[in-house]
Amino acid sequence: MEAVILLQWTFNTLLGLGLLWLASRALACPDLFRAIVLFVAFGLLLALAWVSLDAPDVALAEAAIGAGLTGALLLAALAGLRSSETNEKVAGQPAKEGPKVRPPQWLPVVVLLSVAAGLGYVVLSLPPDAVGLSAQVAASLETSGVSNPVTAVLLNFRSYDTLLEMVVLLLALLGVWSLGGTALRRETAPGPVLDTLVRLLVPVLILVASYLLWVGAHAPGGAFQSGSVLGAAGVLLLLTGWHLHAGLAALPLRLALVAGSATFLTMAVFTLLGEGKLLEYPSAQAGTLILILETAATVSIGVTLAALLLGSPPPNNKDHT
Amino acid sequence: MQTFNLALALFLLLNLGAGMWRVFCGPTAADRMLAAQLFGTTAVAVVLLLAQAYGNPALRDVALVFALLAAVTAVAFVRRAWPDQEAGHDSD
Amino acid sequence: MILIDYLSGALLIAGAVFFLAGTLGLLRFPDVYTRLHALTKADNVGLGLMVVGLAVQAESWTAAGKLLLIWLLVLLAGSSVAHLVAGGALQRGIQLWKR
Repeated sequence: MEAVILLQWTFNTLLGLGLLWLASRALACPDLFRAIVLFVAFGLLLALAWVSLDAPDVALAEAAIGAGLTGALLLAALAGLRSSETNEKVAGQPAKEGPKVRPPQWLPVVVLLSVAAGLGYVVLSLPPDAVGLSAQVAASLETSGVSNPVTAVLLNFRSYDTLLEMVVLLLALLGVWSLGGTALRRETAPGPVLDTLVRLLVPVLILVASYLLWVGAHAPGGAFQSGSVLGAAGVLLLLTGWHLHAGLAALPLRLALVAGSATFLTMAVFTLLGEGKLLEYPSAQAGTLILILETAATVSIGVTLAALLLGSPPPNNKDHT
Repeated sequence: MQTFNLALALFLLLNLGAGMWRVFCGPTAADRMLAAQLFGTTAVAVVLLLAQAYGNPALRDVALVFALLAAVTAVAFVRRAWPDQEAGHDSD
Repeated sequence: MILIDYLSGALLIAGAVFFLAGTLGLLRFPDVYTRLHALTKADNVGLGLMVVGLAVQAESWTAAGKLLLIWLLVLLAGSSVAHLVAGGALQRGIQLWKR
């Protein structure tokens, strides 16, 4: 099938060149808004690249996070940047100048190019029939409780890494929230079109998130993909002026945020005490345990991603600021 | 049929590349965002074609997520990031 | 079987033509509003014809249903976003192109 190979090669080459070109233009662009749009396009092409590399799980995550959520977050940050600049001008303060000593502009380029060259050398020196660990994963798949090898690796064989990732996500949110945050926005009321769009899209997003969570056991999907779609639902709600009820903003919000890491840690403690090995599930209940872990992780990831848009902890009944 | 689907996917990818021009030329922020919307829809079509060409029905879920998330970026643009003074020039 | 392939192929090519028209319109039309018009043609008709063409080739009714769902969602999102962008553009004083 010569034509198929040729077409695939052309497709992949175009994608690769497009990715490189978009990345360089996005970084070199002085206009921040244009750079953000280019970055969103870059995320889209990257998701297409994952599809072409036969990695639908990663493509799902990249589509949800890279192309959609990061675009929304960056645009909201740009808006916050512009408004803070306007506020400074109104208040009569000049924009603060950073320290004048900056590393030369070619330095990051050199570092990155040498890293890329190193990676390329390593990849090219791999044996041509490198099959990796997929044989071992396939052999142990029945005992893992799921039939999707990616989910088995993420939630069972290497669930320690996923535990650490949940904590990293929580730390990232804490970092963003601790930066001092933006003042509470007074959003204009959404018009009828936006209102209807959100009323229709958010339930669909929640449904799709639940579907991705459930299907992750036997097909591409899983906690991260589902959580990011849930986060998109939250972002959409926040963008149209929905506020978290003040009564929910103290304890329930924080419970939702730590649910993922807490469930993983509890599971780790139980398996350590029960079986003596960290995060080794009894194979009879492995499927159920994985589902529990994934559900908690999905909720956490979704709420964390939506909370990143807020910029600061939402006001609750106990705050009197 | 597989060749045909792949050829169409390549054609749509070229379309996507051609649309980049609008991101660079603007002139308004809305034009750039429109181009991003086109990229999203074209990517949906490409992924659906690849799903059929490679016989991988899971890729349709990827297209579903593309379709949903493109709307989120556009809503973020309309609600937050669109500067109020647009006289067709870029001053940032 | 071969008739189905031809039918599907014709529908897919028609859809691709509309995508091309949408891209050309985005590049060549004179202002935001006309470009929006071109863009939504690619969204609605282009993707719609492609989805029908692929649904004809699809392996099951569930798959065809999923394709239809994707198209409906793109329709919903695309038309709402077009309305929002056009309304916002009018509000910000972007002038309509006059010949």
